[in-house]
Amino acid sequence: MYIIIGGGGQVGYYLTRELMRQDHEVLLLDKDAARVVELTAELGAVVKRGDACEARTLESVGCERADMVIAVTGDDEDNLVICQVAKERFGREKTIARVNNPANEKLFQKLGIYITVSPTNNILHLIEAQIPHHKLVPLITLSRVGLGLVEVTIPASSPAINKSIRALELPATVNIALIVRGDANITPEGDTVIQSEDRLFALTTENGDQVLRERILAEDTVVTTDTVE
Amino acid sequence: MNVIIVGCGRVGAELTKILEKDGHVVTIIDKDGSAFERLAEGLDATRVVGDGTDMETLVRAGVKDADAFVAVTNGDNRNIMAAQIAQTMFEVPNVVCRIYDPLRQKTYKALGLRSISPTIVGAKLLRNDLYFPDGQVTSPDRAIAAGDAVPLANPKHGSATQS
Repeated sequence: MYIIIGGGGQVGYYLTRELMRQDHEVLLLDKDAARVVELTAELGAVVKRGDACEARTLESVGCERADMVIAVTGDDEDNLVICQVAKERFGREKTIARVNNPANEKLFQKLGIYITVSPTNNILHLIEAQIPHHKLVPLITLSRVGLGLVEVTIPASSPAINKSIRALELPATVNIALIVRGDANITPEGDTVIQSEDRLFALTTENGDQVLRERILAEDTVVTTDTVE
Repeated sequence: MNVIIVGCGRVGAELTKILEKDGHVVTIIDKDGSAFERLAEGLDATRVVGDGTDMETLVRAGVKDADAFVAVTNGDNRNIMAAQIAQTMFEVPNVVCRIYDPLRQKTYKALGLRSISPTIVGAKLLRNDLYFPDGQVTSPDRAIAAGDAVPLANPKHGSATQS
């Protein structure tokens, strides 16, 4: 894949390095001349000086053939513009933006950014997962396709315990992708039986989160955390 | 109208003065409290210190009751983001921002964001002045640039909605 990365800070640097190791064609853009010298010494010719917010820069690095454009600068406004320009001017659907202020995640999703990554929100969700009250944790949201990945820890009170997945009669908006039981990863099938303390990883669309809350967690219909838009 | 202006630079301060003169209620936001020293004396504008791309700051500035929103900080991307927050998250009916980069302006025009590019406007006005140094050709644009008064249609009752 050809991947353009905007922003050569820590995240941009490590991302470029790892993607190169995976044999992807990567191009890293940074505005700062001194930083570009440093990055080039480490990474080689994949680093170019330029403002990824500018259409001219993106054009010069062949944005129209990029499979993915990733914006990981420290400024949300720059990450937003990089992704929007890549999408609007170059027709790139797969844009990923780092969101520094967690409150901006909804805005970015509404404005059509394919994937948003908010380290702050991710850490918050992980902390929430440690608190008994929060049993459904959104891990990632792909607003473009209306898809979410959530983690659900089965509480002792769950009505799903000792039932097979088939017996739960989950709608098409919920797809259980993986069950983690202790150290074991279980690929769920129709006759897999749910146990207490299982961690379910599910792909959800539309009302999927709500279905999980009602049928697996037996929560009230009140939505407590973010739902997939 | 209730107008929110983000950025109290020269343009923000001047716009505040003009809009207040026209009878509008202005709230102006800037990250730097000392920026408000640019405002002319005697203006009633509410001053809010904060980041105009932060939704909490915008709520504090009354974005939910705003009829119009203008983003004129010195960063194109900040203006674009602030304006899109006002338009998308708070549904302010009348939103406009400043974008220096003409290419970026074009992109955002296609995305439904109204903006002014001082780069293009300024270059064209300068060209006119070079071609007609003795000022024999007048136009509203030229008069505005020279600081002359230009009558506007119903400045005090301008529609709060945009087409």
